[in-house]
Amino acid sequence: MSPRPSHHSCCDGYTRSQLLRSAAAEAGQGLPAIEPGMPEPAGTGLSRRKFLSRGAGLALAVYGASKIPLSAFETGIAQAAQGDKILVSVFFDGGIDALSVLAPVGDTRYAQLRPNLALPPGAGTTFAEDTSLQWHPSAAALATLHGEGKVSAFPAIGYDHPDQSHFTSRHYYEIGELQVGYRTGWLGRYLDAVGDDENPLQGLSLDGSLSPMIATAEKPVAAIDSVDGYDLWSRVSDPIEAEMFRSFARFGSLPADSPGLAQVRRAASQTDKLRQDLAGVGEFSSPVAYPDDWFAHKLAGLAAYIAVGLPMRVVTVRAPGGYDTHADQAGDLEDNLRRTCEGILAFQRDLEARGLADRVLIEMWSEFGRRPEENGSLGTDHGAAGCAFVIGSKAKGEMVGEFPGLSSLDEDDNLRVTSDFRGMYCSLLEQWLEFDAEAIIPGAAGFARPTLVKA
Amino acid sequence: MAIPQQKPVAARPKPRRHKRPRVWKDKHYRWVPDGAGDWRVQGFVFRHRHKPKKGHFRGPGPKPARQAPAAVPPVAPTRSDPRPPGAFQGAFGHAQAVRLLQRAGFGPVPGQADELVALGLAGAVQSLTRPSGSAHLSGPSPRDDDGNPLAPADAWGHDHLWWLDRMVRTNQPLVERMALIWHDWFATSNANVSKTQQMIDQSNLFRARCFGSFLDLFRAVTIDPAMLQWLNGNENFKWAPNENYAREMMELFSLGADRGAYSEDDIREQARALTGWRNDWSGEEGAHNFRFEPKWHDTGTKTVFGRAGNWGWEDACRLCVEHPLHPSFFVSKLWSYFVPTPPSDSVREGLEGTYVSSGWQIRPVLEAILMSPELYEGPPMVKPPVVQLATMLRALGRPVDTGAWVWLCEEAGQRLFWPPNVSGWDDARWLDTSRMRARWNMVTYALEEVSVDAWNDDYSTTETPEEALARAVAAWGSPELRSEHREELLDFGRRSETLILANWQKGPYRALRQNALLQLIGVSPDTILQ
Repeated sequence: MSPRPSHHSCCDGYTRSQLLRSAAAEAGQGLPAIEPGMPEPAGTGLSRRKFLSRGAGLALAVYGASKIPLSAFETGIAQAAQGDKILVSVFFDGGIDALSVLAPVGDTRYAQLRPNLALPPGAGTTFAEDTSLQWHPSAAALATLHGEGKVSAFPAIGYDHPDQSHFTSRHYYEIGELQVGYRTGWLGRYLDAVGDDENPLQGLSLDGSLSPMIATAEKPVAAIDSVDGYDLWSRVSDPIEAEMFRSFARFGSLPADSPGLAQVRRAASQTDKLRQDLAGVGEFSSPVAYPDDWFAHKLAGLAAYIAVGLPMRVVTVRAPGGYDTHADQAGDLEDNLRRTCEGILAFQRDLEARGLADRVLIEMWSEFGRRPEENGSLGTDHGAAGCAFVIGSKAKGEMVGEFPGLSSLDEDDNLRVTSDFRGMYCSLLEQWLEFDAEAIIPGAAGFARPTLVKA
Repeated sequence: MAIPQQKPVAARPKPRRHKRPRVWKDKHYRWVPDGAGDWRVQGFVFRHRHKPKKGHFRGPGPKPARQAPAAVPPVAPTRSDPRPPGAFQGAFGHAQAVRLLQRAGFGPVPGQADELVALGLAGAVQSLTRPSGSAHLSGPSPRDDDGNPLAPADAWGHDHLWWLDRMVRTNQPLVERMALIWHDWFATSNANVSKTQQMIDQSNLFRARCFGSFLDLFRAVTIDPAMLQWLNGNENFKWAPNENYAREMMELFSLGADRGAYSEDDIREQARALTGWRNDWSGEEGAHNFRFEPKWHDTGTKTVFGRAGNWGWEDACRLCVEHPLHPSFFVSKLWSYFVPTPPSDSVREGLEGTYVSSGWQIRPVLEAILMSPELYEGPPMVKPPVVQLATMLRALGRPVDTGAWVWLCEEAGQRLFWPPNVSGWDDARWLDTSRMRARWNMVTYALEEVSVDAWNDDYSTTETPEEALARAVAAWGSPELRSEHREELLDFGRRSETLILANWQKGPYRALRQNALLQLIGVSPDTILQ
């Protein structure tokens, strides 16, 4: 069987990528105007529809338009023209070792606690804001951006009475509160407040599953594993296919008498909406070179999505690899950190080339840092304070919270916390997303707001 | 010190996503039920894995005997149906048997539900929880896309296919379902285990001990080679304890987080109790020769949960199981695999009593859960992706014959032997747009042999919407559909007919309608829920 029935391969890759290329060329000018009278793509049997976006005052041609609800694009373009901001969350899964990313080579205790794992002084770039710290060599790309004033670093972020369970601590970060059992993520609550009832792209996980961070109570959100397209295969073609999808969507909209049924209905409904929204999006090209790596490829796709004006507000992606380095930490961390940082640098350069860099801010985080004292397996066990970064052309580029040093650790011999992650969230909400943090983060009034965004 | 400096990193092969082996297609004919007790010839495209000989047999063969009209399911059980107190007291009929087979197995094969009905509730449950002898696998053995037998320990993805096949063909479905539950409970991933065979051995451990003593199972898992590698139990020595297993054995395996059951100090002391396990390394064999090295074990006094002693690894497991908060953790967690709503306090306490008084035996708790009213009267729950796939293959009568199931299950969120992390799969997050798309495409693949070729087949030009739906439901093994879904499917059938505008469209559009009905049933809540 052909996994992609022939009628689905009809979306003319060439014309679509042309559209995206034009978008790149016109970056910063909104989406490209398509000249009137442009011929239909040959041989595809598809019509091209053109419409005028009221919000942007631009004409946009869309190929394969029978499947694309133009209204969704129009909303997206209108938002893009208004310069709607996008927050991209990058998660280091497993608790990245902050003492390797920003290694305290100037702290005399460092080499004592880490006889095997301490990075030698001079191995990486010195961190200019605190010269006792040094970037891991694999984080060179991040050091480059930091040198350009585009990285705000949190060298010891966390919360009081740190929990050393992956799942509990990660849950705290995902929901923005030190509680268990919340059903919505902190960015999910933001989307519930400002989001659209019909736009699942507003909260998008570029992943095989939805990040709990953007779990909403009401508004639709989406996850796509591949940025290269989103199609549902079947041995059915139009006109019957359209009726089939109508029935599938109705499975999603009928009433539900149990949470399980409601869950299936919600998934069906959002799947069908996403299928329509992304029907015209597939192949893309990038104005800059990306590393040959799936993480970089996702970010390249994301930049292209932003460039065509897909209406996204919050995007989540996981950094490549795992960071729960109980054993043999050095090699795993070196490789995974390099892939992450080089992908982020290429993404930033792509956004800059397209003139979109002022619209995107990246937040990188992990559920905790690792124990200062290495274990006997050439690894490190779960710790407390970790590191976080806010990256982008609009990032303030100043360190938040000092590095607390290794001479006085907390009661569990872990790194002390000098900034609270909920303060970072409040600042991101208020300064970047321009939304009142009081409505999102419980006890928001009690957290100091570091300046994260350039005035 | 014989600590390995560098583990050999097993390169994870790239998933071969859209590899399509060469096939030779031609048209074959077969007898299919016509929905009215008789048979009719159906043409279908047959995919030969090897070039077929000219003039080879293409069907349909002699017509089968006319079927008796569908029997009315027996209402009265054929023998008495005594039930323990607290058990479900309602009628144990077809619907209840289907639910039991879905939650305690992988759904019925045709006729199986009615066999269970005849046993009564307790008999049906015990037929699952007390199987005799070793499992029998019936039907064609599994093959890869080239028609070769599986090499579970060696070929990429064959481990997943091997287990999926056991789920599809076994006559002891609860053993496989419990092995899947223990795989999730003690989630170990091939990501940090040097050999796939060690993962398969671990799953066999789960099969062998799935109904017995939890303490025995816990101890066996603690020193299982795959687990020792996965949570660094093999790198935990008296001069350098590694806390990884000590933490997860409390948090995830026996006590639960955020209940005040243990402190960070308990974890550090427990790690000392667990010291001493090691293994050797070699390029060809990976990690092997797992053994306890007394000299590497910390023989000092450790205080765990306020109890001081010279504890070792067996004590570490016992201390967790003897902890007053363990029984409630155990019964609630086991319950959650079968019933989507938590047990009431009184039900939970009853199960705890059963568990403790039996000496931490799994089977009596399991039987009580499988007979509980909540299982039969409560709301439905989402099938894990692999369970849905195995259920579909059983209903369609299709053996495991393609590697596509590996990446489709992975995209749907459940690649066997590769749980996302040590906490296993998140049952609350089986469905989102990414995973729903994967389930849709999984249905498309499952229907490969059942769908009709709309353009080459001489499909009926007169089939009514009702006939079309009956045919599609029969192909899926006659599952019960919710009435509103049946209505929607009939409405779809009628809408499709209005699209027939030209004479040539009469057959092909009806064939497309049939394919769409098959697809819609496969992606309907009726198939996804259990």
